[in-house]
Amino acid sequence: MQVTGTVLTTRRVDAYHALTVVAPGIAERFRPGHFVSVAVGGPHTSMPSRRAFSVHDVKPDYGGTVELVFAVRGRGTAWLAERKARETLDLVGPLGRPFPVPRDPCTCVLVGGEYGSASLFALADTLQQRGCRVDFVLGAASADRVFGALRARRMGETTTLTTEDGSLGLRGRVTDALPSVIADARADVVYACGPMPMLRGVTAVAVEFDIPVQVSVEESMACGYGVCMTCVLPVIGDDGVTRMARSCVDGPVFRGERVRFEDIGTIPFDALGAPGGRAQEGGAHTRNVS
Amino acid sequence: MLTPEMSVDMRTYLAHVELANPITTAAGCAASGAELSQFFDLARLGAVVTRSITMAPRAGRPTPRMAETPSGMLNAVGLQGPGVEVFLERELPRLVDRGARAVVSVAGGSVAEYAALARRLSDAPGVAAVEVNLSCPNVEDLGRVFARDPAASAEVISSVRATMRYDVPVIAKLAPDVADIVAVARACVDGGADALAMINTPLGMSIDVDSMRPSLAAGTGGLSGPAIRPLAVRCLWQVHAAMPGVPIVGMGGVMTGRDALEMILAGACVVSVGTALFHDPYACLRILRELEDLLKERGFERLADAVGLAHRPPGAGPRHRIDLEESSL
Ligand SMILES: Cc1cc2nc3c(=O)[nH]c(=O)nc-3n(C[C@H](O)[C@H](O)[C@H](O)COP(=O)(O)OP(=O)(O)OC[C@H]3O[C@@H](n4cnc5c(N)ncnc54)[C@H](O)[C@@H]3O)c2cc1C
Ligand SMILES: Cc1cc2nc3c(=O)[nH]c(=O)nc-3n(C[C@H](O)[C@H](O)[C@H](O)COP(=O)(O)O)c2cc1C
Ligand code: FES
Repeated sequence: MQVTGTVLTTRRVDAYHALTVVAPGIAERFRPGHFVSVAVGGPHTSMPSRRAFSVHDVKPDYGGTVELVFAVRGRGTAWLAERKARETLDLVGPLGRPFPVPRDPCTCVLVGGEYGSASLFALADTLQQRGCRVDFVLGAASADRVFGALRARRMGETTTLTTEDGSLGLRGRVTDALPSVIADARADVVYACGPMPMLRGVTAVAVEFDIPVQVSVEESMACGYGVCMTCVLPVIGDDGVTRMARSCVDGPVFRGERVRFEDIGTIPFDALGAPGGRAQEGGAHTRNVS
Repeated sequence: MLTPEMSVDMRTYLAHVELANPITTAAGCAASGAELSQFFDLARLGAVVTRSITMAPRAGRPTPRMAETPSGMLNAVGLQGPGVEVFLERELPRLVDRGARAVVSVAGGSVAEYAALARRLSDAPGVAAVEVNLSCPNVEDLGRVFARDPAASAEVISSVRATMRYDVPVIAKLAPDVADIVAVARACVDGGADALAMINTPLGMSIDVDSMRPSLAAGTGGLSGPAIRPLAVRCLWQVHAAMPGVPIVGMGGVMTGRDALEMILAGACVVSVGTALFHDPYACLRILRELEDLLKERGFERLADAVGLAHRPPGAGPRHRIDLEESSL
């Protein structure tokens, strides 16, 4: 649903900006893993595509608020960083496929890279309410880019932090620390949100341990609700067939081992409808149609 | 004079097919239609124009497929879609069930493929019209785009027209980056097109100066959004001036009711909305409401009276609609 939300508060959290927006309809329907899309640039914007953000926190105040945590990257996020309390924002959400949660209590390792950890706390809450044990592994390039370390320490059975420059926790990447966390906790499942190379690494570790892994991917999006077909990546379906799946509606949460990370940015030759591929047999050649 | 409560007659015609209002989705900008129907009732649109349907399923182009540019975006989706069989089995019936009028866009790599698509659609219930996307490379002509060649465009249109049921209008969708848009438009009409749609996305490109590589994996992509609106208005203007009796579906950067009115004044009787849908899922309904209000404010009783009105001779007032009979539809 589309909501014109009022900005309640803005704050800086280390390298990130956080905006709390009153958005009752969205807060009500939110489940961990959902994201929202934000129109940027005001009423006569020169930026026609919407920006996607995970929801960090949902609170019942004022009928329901959502908090977004973001890094300034380009013009859209720079505009968002200038918003002040009482201004309005055009939000659509909640969007996407949320994190599936286990039926029975189990042990879960939650892995977050950069601002990706923002989407993990609502998930941790839900998991703990179901009696699950939660362990965190959070990492980033440097200490100021690790989001939510304090909260993770409060919530998690254990919390492991990694930075590439060694300014906080272990020097290295989350994937360096992950195997021992999984082993020590005897984890049953891994959840991860962060940059694509990290998700690829986390998936490889989980596959090694033969435990399920749910990853929340970040692909470049224009609409966020399934109509523009720009946010696709190769994903293997239940039938074993690879399709170019839309990360906004088929994801952003996928089973890690189903995502063909090494083929992102290509059309794998065996994907459904690939140029010259099997699926086009019998059809005419419509290669390179624009 | 109209009283404020009176509503404007928004009906319009694509050849003989009546649409309740002139606002439709643009081809390839509403996926299967199901995504938009979560937000509103598709039956409230003049029509839903589907993505361009191909014979076989298509995976499309590699990512990145999209790059935002000033007041627009480049895309190289590459017609990702399920192919005509799955479209007819699943997507079209769902549109029809929802009460939407479906204009089916088709894309092919050869004249024979367009004709084969027309044959598959010919006996499918619920096809209100067929829009022929001519911005596709012709595999039999070294990949030269049909829309750039009047003769090739005409050949596609006449084979689709000959195959399609007589009562289903065939719309030729034109590209703006051609030497002479009027020549292509005329060739399509001579080939049997019942209506024209313009504009498809002109080819553009952007380079990421950080990676020092093209922003899109495909290199080039189609430019859409407000950035191309003046180009669209120019094309509409020229084609309507040359062939005032041919119904035109206008599109290219329509974000508001004012933009839609601009298309109509230039000669469009139907207006499609593409990129605006990415920004605002309700764009079509908002644009329709704004357009109706603008027409009302200007004293129009019928949308049809505004079609092509900007072509009237200088000095003729907007209310002297009697002079404009022959240029309106
Ligand atoms: C499901 C999802 C959740 C996200 N959650 C967060 C979050 O919690 N915090 C955060 O800081 N960022 C998040 N992102 C990334 C965020 O969407 C981009 O940083 C943002 O769109 C960049 O916009 P810009 O105008 O600053 O950059 P520009 O580079 O100017 O953006 C240009 C265009 O590219 C698209 N784009 C560019 N980079 C990305 C990207 N990485 N992902 C998606 N679209 C992109 C934009 O939508 C826009 O259309 C998320 C992305 C996705 C897909
Ligand atoms: C992502 C995207 C996909 C498109 N796919 C198609 C398509 O499949 N067939 C077609 O004829 N036009 C396609 N178009 C072109 C649009 O239908 C329209 O002609 C063009 O975008 C201009 O309108 P707009 O500025 O309102 O988007 C596509 C445009 C975009 C942005
Ligand atoms: S962002 Fe448009 S389809 Fe996913």
